[in-house]
Amino acid sequence: MNLPGTQDYLAALPEIVVATLACIVLLIDLWSNDRERLLTWLATQFTLLVGIVLIIVQLSTDVTYAFAGTYVKDILSDVLKLFIFIGAGVAFLYMREYLRIHNEMKGEYFTLGLFAVLGMMVLASASHMITLYLGLELLSLSLYALVAMRRDSAQSAEAAMKYFMLGAIASGMLLYGMSMIYGATGSLDLREVADAVAQARSDDLILIFGLVFIVAGIAFKLGAVPFHMWAPDVYQGAPTAVTLFLATVPKLAAFAMLMRLLVDGLGPLHDQWQGMLIILAVLSMAIGNLVAIAQENIRRMLAYSTISHVGFLLLGVLSGTDQGYAAALFYTVVYMIMGLGAFGVLVMLGRAGFEADRLSDIKGLNQRSPWLAGVMLVMMFSMAGVPPFLGFWAKFAVLQEVVAVGLVWLAVAAVVFSIIGAFYYLRIVKLIYFDEAEEQAPIRGSSPMRVMVSSNGLVVLLFGLFPAPLLGICIAVFTRIELVIG
Amino acid sequence: MIVLSDYLILAAILFALSVAGIFINRKNVLILLMCIELMLLAVNINFVAFSHFLNDIAGQVFVFFILTVAAAEAAIGLAILVVLFRNRRTINVEDLGSLKG
Amino acid sequence: MQAMLLTIVLAPLVGAIIAGLFARQVGRAGAHWATIIGVAISAALSLVVFKQQVFDGAPVWNESVYTWMVIGGFTFEIGFLVDRLTAMMMVVVTSVSLMVHIYTIGYMRDEAHNWPKNSRAGRHAYQRFFAYISLFTFSMLMLVMANNFLQLFFGWEAVGLVSYLLIGFWLNRDTAVYANLKAFLVNRVGDFGFLLGIGMILFYFNTLDYASVFAAAERIDGLSIALFPGFEWSVITVICILLFIGAMGKSAQVPLHVWLPDSMEGPTPISALIHAATMVTAGIFMVARMSPLFEFSTAALSFILVIGAITALFMGFLGLVQNDIKRVVAYSTLSQLGYMTVALGVSAYAAGVFHLMTHAFFKALLFLAAGSVIIAMHHEQDMRKMGGLKKYLPITYWTSLIGTLALIGAPFFSGFFSKDAIIMAVGESTLSAAGFAYIAVLLGVFVTALYSFRLFFLVFHGKERMDEQTRSHLHESPAVVTVPLILLAIPSVLIGLPLVGSMAFGDFFAGAITVLPHNDVLGRLAQEYTGVIGMVIHGLVTPPVWLAAAGVVTAWYLYLHRPELPERIRQRFAGLHAFMVNKYGFDDFNEKVFAGGSRRLGDLLWRHGDVRVIDGWLVNGTANTVGRLAQLARRLQSGYLYHYAFAMVLGLLLMLILFTTGRG
Repeated sequence: MNLPGTQDYLAALPEIVVATLACIVLLIDLWSNDRERLLTWLATQFTLLVGIVLIIVQLSTDVTYAFAGTYVKDILSDVLKLFIFIGAGVAFLYMREYLRIHNEMKGEYFTLGLFAVLGMMVLASASHMITLYLGLELLSLSLYALVAMRRDSAQSAEAAMKYFMLGAIASGMLLYGMSMIYGATGSLDLREVADAVAQARSDDLILIFGLVFIVAGIAFKLGAVPFHMWAPDVYQGAPTAVTLFLATVPKLAAFAMLMRLLVDGLGPLHDQWQGMLIILAVLSMAIGNLVAIAQENIRRMLAYSTISHVGFLLLGVLSGTDQGYAAALFYTVVYMIMGLGAFGVLVMLGRAGFEADRLSDIKGLNQRSPWLAGVMLVMMFSMAGVPPFLGFWAKFAVLQEVVAVGLVWLAVAAVVFSIIGAFYYLRIVKLIYFDEAEEQAPIRGSSPMRVMVSSNGLVVLLFGLFPAPLLGICIAVFTRIELVIG
Repeated sequence: MIVLSDYLILAAILFALSVAGIFINRKNVLILLMCIELMLLAVNINFVAFSHFLNDIAGQVFVFFILTVAAAEAAIGLAILVVLFRNRRTINVEDLGSLKG
Repeated sequence: MQAMLLTIVLAPLVGAIIAGLFARQVGRAGAHWATIIGVAISAALSLVVFKQQVFDGAPVWNESVYTWMVIGGFTFEIGFLVDRLTAMMMVVVTSVSLMVHIYTIGYMRDEAHNWPKNSRAGRHAYQRFFAYISLFTFSMLMLVMANNFLQLFFGWEAVGLVSYLLIGFWLNRDTAVYANLKAFLVNRVGDFGFLLGIGMILFYFNTLDYASVFAAAERIDGLSIALFPGFEWSVITVICILLFIGAMGKSAQVPLHVWLPDSMEGPTPISALIHAATMVTAGIFMVARMSPLFEFSTAALSFILVIGAITALFMGFLGLVQNDIKRVVAYSTLSQLGYMTVALGVSAYAAGVFHLMTHAFFKALLFLAAGSVIIAMHHEQDMRKMGGLKKYLPITYWTSLIGTLALIGAPFFSGFFSKDAIIMAVGESTLSAAGFAYIAVLLGVFVTALYSFRLFFLVFHGKERMDEQTRSHLHESPAVVTVPLILLAIPSVLIGLPLVGSMAFGDFFAGAITVLPHNDVLGRLAQEYTGVIGMVIHGLVTPPVWLAAAGVVTAWYLYLHRPELPERIRQRFAGLHAFMVNKYGFDDFNEKVFAGGSRRLGDLLWRHGDVRVIDGWLVNGTANTVGRLAQLARRLQSGYLYHYAFAMVLGLLLMLILFTTGRG
């Protein structure tokens, strides 16, 4: 066994730097007397910026394995990390606005957020089950703590408890699955696992057994039915600032998990996991879209909407082609952008001690702020998949790949479910534009917040008109890296 | 002679017990935490057993990581439990039902 | 080159964005400066492109600049095809647009009193107007510079959109809103055909790129399609007719012409730019651009010829009975569009496009002159209340005279060359409908001269019929109005002289326009062509010039010499007059049959189909079912941790059973 050398450290430089800076941010926050926590926040954003720079400097299509094959730096990990940084940066901006509105400014929100980002980075670069598990737990533990950050709220505590318990069970399942795969293949290194699996009989019972447990673990992280039950409760129970973070960016990490475990590691078992993902996808789209209709709480509704989006995302992955993975990545990124925008609007609607998250709170928004109403309209149309908004192209790309592998019935089902789903998005639009406002309080917001929410809406619109650049990146990721496909 | 399958069966039984414990127990959240520990231990048995029979050290290394993470996890779990108790004055699983639908 | 083309297209768009989105910040002056500079840049660069294409012999530029989407093997791109046809259109569009932009400053100077006090619609209307016309210029450039059908369609719809917006610009006037709705609906009919045509092209050619489609046109020739069982149609004929239906809507050919006269509700600069010079000629341009397709279908060409001939003659008649100055010009536009269409029908695409160009200048001139008269008359448009304006509006008078002479085809004026080329081409054609078309276009010349000079005499000569107050305020329009008039008058006179040889009879459009040998009427005429002077001399011995002269004399006799005569004629032929005032009943027919019929049908469907079946069973039924299901599924989320855990375990077990049983 070789000791790690410069090569290894260079490959993992973003993680090392982010980890170091995260610790420094922690210290800064400890000694800062600023009630506004501006320094902490700036340091957090600076960390993300440094991360972006480091990634861009090292951006290449080469595949580098480091630390005895436990860590991989390829174009997928680079692009994922870039999106994670950008998404987290936007989320932290919204978070700060929220904390300021509600007078709950605490530096821990940002430091924990940074550690979650670190966890996601590790996940994105994992090429060994231990690495993957560590990244996952770093992410999850940070999120559990974030959800429970509002210490005087019974709701938050309940949400955190549920999230923690179910999350622990899910990682237990994932670990059990990993142990089975380890037993069947004799290795924890995902590359060696892939080689061993390719040689094993495809009906090896232990492998399938392990695979089911692993799929369950990933499905929990994604929030796919029936492993979704935590999502609505956590989305509703956590402070909106936390919800907007944990609902959006970690989906990229979950996508990374799918790619690393199922595609890189267990790619040869595609026939088996395709079937499992089909079940998860159909259930997710059905339950997600259906139950969302019955919601009165917008955050809860968005949780179910997320579940249905996860179903769509899985469609791309289960197609098992490079284009399919690219479509799924595109979907994930698009979902993240839309989710951030929708929650950003919700953040701006809130007041100190009051979460504007009931459907009635959004009534007549157009009368109070036509501009904010416009952004929400764009987000809702996009989520519903109305052309020419970004969400349409995401759905379109995924459906195209599903049809390409001959699963036409699945595409038809997806379309039917998304039509059902359009109902509750359009209901929001109806409430915003055609109902009388119950609330008349003027909507204020700091100018960075206004600019960010506007640009968020604009991005959805502009990329909707010109989807090629974003889609191009996603396709480039998968046509240049080598994936082990049976 | 104890063979590999014996260990696997033991681990499976422990795992099943812990899972059953989680959804059968409706009283105390602490018991849930114990069940989760048990679940991780079942996994550890698996790893150690495979590691031994495969003559591969990686599995045992993983066990150390799992143990460490489990400790961190328990710490967070207990912290959440404390917060919950302070707000609700109860740690009864059946009382955790205000978020639903 | 790419940067230059992009600048040409985007400069007006930037101007439109500045004027439209930042109306409050830039103010009135900022808005017109931003848009005028934008259009001026594109006009200047268009001239450069024109020079490169025509004089420097630059190669045809056909490249994609942006791949918009790749779907299922089809590539959708934004790209430019720049050849001489495009270059000419670019110059026409940008230069007329520039003139109109400048003119608008004068025309819209005091638009504010047209709006009710403090109305939201009236706020920043000036800036909005400039934003729209610049947006129009952008869209029109996208249309003419397209190198594929998708972009063509985008431009097509975008110019249509701006046109609707501008017809209804005075949105507090019911007539404007009605006209705008009418334009929208009628154009929908055309666009439907157009879209079907594009769809068929995609289906049969598997591409939307012009070059690939044209290259494959021969291959498709001979294929046929059964529209109804037993009726076999050549695919290419169906495609061409569908595309032409789109052109009929946009270029206002009978029977889809009804929207154009009403579009005069829009402000006059718009009538000049959109409804005379550029947008309405998009259909003509499109057919010329598609000449490699249309050449393969004699049936489609005959159809085009007949429609064009009918439009050219019968719309001209209607110009005789109109009293609104703008409507007369509008009917003359219809009639001239008919001439262009006729040219397309006999495969004399070059002559049609040539007429398109000359017409763009002199018709824009006539409209702007009419606008100048309207400004002077304080927005009075009824010619019966004008007369004798010559001495008050000298510049307008002389420029109008030039425009009118160009329109009726007086020798040496630009219109003479282009119109004569068309008439000769029709005479040369061997299509079976050519005989009818020839008579129609000849008669049309007489009618054109008659209504043109009727307008001219009624407005500028004779008794001063306006009221005293108006008369006392009569004065020439400001320079921002008269300078564009003068600038447009120059090409109206001169542009025909240097270009007729190459454009109509030469190889100016070689490569851009395809004509099969057996259809090449212009080629045959070119052998007899002996230069500009020769053409004029030839013109003097053929009927058109004399017909035009007869028209002028008749107009003089009726409206200047014996002004009481027209009234007597009107009474004698009261029935015919009423029929013509009613525009042959097209509007009534549409109103009763299409509008009324579809309203009744809609009512029926609504009552039985919608309310009962769709709303009652399908929508509400589905919604109720879904709602109930949602409530049911919601119960699953009980809120209890052990239920959640149980669901997870259940899911796990389900997958285990499904995927491990029966596998050894």
